[in-house]
Amino acid sequence: MIVHFTVNGSRAEADAPPETPLLWVLREHLKLPGTRFGCGAGLCGACMVHIDGDRAFSCQTQLSGIEGRAVTTIEGLSKDSTHPVQKAWLKEQVPQCGYCQSGQIMSAAALLKHSPHPTRDEIVDYMSAHICRCGTYPRILRAIERASREG
Amino acid sequence: MLRRSIPETGVTRRALMIGAAGLSFAFVERGFGLADAISPASAASPTTFNPWVAIAPDGLISIMSPAAEMGQGSKTSLPLILAEELDADWKDVRIVAAPPNEEIYGNPGFLGMMYTAGSATVAGYYTPMRQFGAQVRRVILDNAARKWGVAVSELRTEPSVVVHDKTGRRLSYGEIASFAVLPPTAPQINPDELKRPGQFRLIGNDVTRFELPTKVDGSARYAIDIQVPGMLYGALLTPVFPDSRAKTIDDAAARAVHGVVGIYNLPNGVGVGVVAETPWAAFTAKDALRVSWTPSPKAGAFDSEASMDRYAAISRGEISQQATLWDKAGDGTDGLETATETLTGEYRCDYAYHAQMEPLNAVASVSEDGNSVEIWCGTQSQAMAVRVAASTLGIDRSKVKFNEVLLGGGFGRRGPQDQDFLVGALLLSREVKRPIKVLWTREDDIRNGRFRPMSAHRIEAGFGKGGELTTWHHRVTTDNVSIFQDPGRYYGPFKQRDMLSLLGTELPTYSIPNRLSEHFAVDSGVRLASLRGIGFTANKFATESFVDESARKRGIDPLEFRLSLTRNAPRARAVLEAVAEMSNWRQRRPGSGYGLAYIDYSGTQIAGVAEIVMDRTSGEIRLKNFWVAIDPGVAVQPDNIVAQTEGSVVYGMGMALSEQITIKDGEIQQSNFYDYTVMRMRDLPNIEVRIVRSDGRPTGVGQMATPLVAPAIGNAVAELAGVRLRHTPMLPSRVLAALNGGARQ
Ligand code: FES
Ligand code: FES
Repeated sequence: MIVHFTVNGSRAEADAPPETPLLWVLREHLKLPGTRFGCGAGLCGACMVHIDGDRAFSCQTQLSGIEGRAVTTIEGLSKDSTHPVQKAWLKEQVPQCGYCQSGQIMSAAALLKHSPHPTRDEIVDYMSAHICRCGTYPRILRAIERASREG
Repeated sequence: MLRRSIPETGVTRRALMIGAAGLSFAFVERGFGLADAISPASAASPTTFNPWVAIAPDGLISIMSPAAEMGQGSKTSLPLILAEELDADWKDVRIVAAPPNEEIYGNPGFLGMMYTAGSATVAGYYTPMRQFGAQVRRVILDNAARKWGVAVSELRTEPSVVVHDKTGRRLSYGEIASFAVLPPTAPQINPDELKRPGQFRLIGNDVTRFELPTKVDGSARYAIDIQVPGMLYGALLTPVFPDSRAKTIDDAAARAVHGVVGIYNLPNGVGVGVVAETPWAAFTAKDALRVSWTPSPKAGAFDSEASMDRYAAISRGEISQQATLWDKAGDGTDGLETATETLTGEYRCDYAYHAQMEPLNAVASVSEDGNSVEIWCGTQSQAMAVRVAASTLGIDRSKVKFNEVLLGGGFGRRGPQDQDFLVGALLLSREVKRPIKVLWTREDDIRNGRFRPMSAHRIEAGFGKGGELTTWHHRVTTDNVSIFQDPGRYYGPFKQRDMLSLLGTELPTYSIPNRLSEHFAVDSGVRLASLRGIGFTANKFATESFVDESARKRGIDPLEFRLSLTRNAPRARAVLEAVAEMSNWRQRRPGSGYGLAYIDYSGTQIAGVAEIVMDRTSGEIRLKNFWVAIDPGVAVQPDNIVAQTEGSVVYGMGMALSEQITIKDGEIQQSNFYDYTVMRMRDLPNIEVRIVRSDGRPTGVGQMATPLVAPAIGNAVAELAGVRLRHTPMLPSRVLAALNGGARQ
């Protein structure tokens, strides 16, 4: 099945079985490996992208469902790490192994778009969709609060 | 780890290697390796001062780093330590991935291996890296002195510049490199010629890790991200038990999956391999395979829950078994007979899983003739990966080209001697004569997990007339981790003792004159590995819970009891006092429970206090605060030490509260993050870390806080609810059982 959509503002198409998860289409067909595979089951958030501006688990999104939609990945969040969330991530020195961080950053960006000044409880609730095995949670929390403050 | 027994001969051997300029840097500058991710190479050709340092005429200083980078930061810290003594300007430094050559780049503090584990990297390389840096600086000074016709003693360095104050002349390191003549042997650097901590410019000041920005824009490259031309994808259906083999394979449905290239029954229990054009086709076909396996008499009969009682009976001495001595001080257990009073305590820990975020995977490209291979894999030991590639394919090590990549977490899982995650890619690539990326799903990663062993502990303590602790006997029953993970080290330097299970039972900083710890090794057929915190996590749950229990039973405050036990260990007392102050221990808030734990972890002194609340209806424990004071010797990168400690606490919370692998009829009962539950942000307490400064050599930071957490929580529960939790993870069901009278103190 050939599906047409946009990725990071550019037109893209993929020819794969309709049930193929968007995650693998992005990583292996379109060569955008910044979106990571962690569990394949909607449990860890490593694969988080934006679809039409909302966050979505790309491992749980079938190719057939994205015809005509706009996908944003970590590679397209900003050209040079200047998105406020990325700037805050650098200031707080968040990543350790880094493997979960693309997904965390995509979620944080979606959160702040919908709720520019979230309470701590909102942040915790929203970000608990993710797992960071290295335990960078204290810094993720601080970075989101910083991004919300500094914009 | 084993550091004390290693003479520092590594330094002298390496000290002679200056001038070995034939050692080319070109090897590591090609391909997908880390070198590309770090910074571009210099256009002009550099001068190689020794195997660690090359300086280009334009001033670019390339420094080799032999560490694997899995988020712990030592790939940056090692070159930084060298740059300190070289007096290099950090912005001139380019970090290069050292090739897998243990002769040159092995860790003298880790049996000469290139093996990033045991929090031993900065600890083991600290002194040699300083020496190498100082040697190169000396050679640079000598060359400047010769050029100017002045005495070396009139020269000094500023970052990347040699200065002659009398005449105001300056030469940059790059300029000197363009005419430098290297001496035939390395100059001798005496320890007192190295900088004193007060002179450090880089050590102690935080720099951004070289790869950190790539983890913010998605450009970081792990093995799973590698694509090479013509590459296919592999998936493996592995046997349930390590020793069973495919008996019948029905692959009709699998072959019918669009994009499937071939299906192969691989030798030695590697399993049945599927090769396909896309990952999704490989996974789909793997799921469509119908395979029956030969039975496994040993592993197939194993049941973790039932076995735990047997392990405990062995530790108790009810089932007699030969013990292996691990550690002994004074008269061992003799004092128990004459003790005024004795106490005993029993503790249990379940199997636990690493859960590194990047599921295991590897890329291999075997040449058409099968005589050489190129590999990409996230490994904690570059040299082991090369050895396994060579032995699996029956080729010489020189025919293996290793490409270093970042690791999406390690925690011990990427360090087994058999490098199990690499073998499938090697075999399948050889079959199809194409590059292959073998991907494990999360379910594969758990099914093929190599676990922190289950353990049962019994401690008996004897007290003298004045109430002082005189004798300590710790009996540990576990599977033998070392023999499975690393038979080479087990039969070699470990002297057939299971270091990976027993570390942490030694208590060298506690003034207990007579001590004995011993191991009762069981062979259950379960795959095992060291896991962040190694033996310490289970053993400290036992020892620090029991110290607390002993104090409380005798009506002594647990802090005061530990201060008295550490009366001869000032650094231990310092972290205890620091954490007491941080947590306001002596004026604890009523209503929540406070628990203290202290560890001497290979020389790193660390103490933690947990503040918890409990829901007595659900049995749920919640952490409100966790305070840690750590003295790791010289703090090379303070903010990184804080980050590692925060992460270690979160990891330890999982071990303490929720993470549990159970095995029934030999089958792992868990399969993904819905039934193997790790900590998320909603579980996070306020974590505060204080670095207690000392000037001793660095002793490691990457996992030291993990083993603090379980005993600190258990001790807090004892204070709050008056019950002793004796089994990790401290699941709500276990808490309720204890509250209902199961385990009153
Ligand atoms: S990979 Fe999609 S949620 Fe884990
Ligand atoms: S940084 Fe390693 S999993 Fe989050």
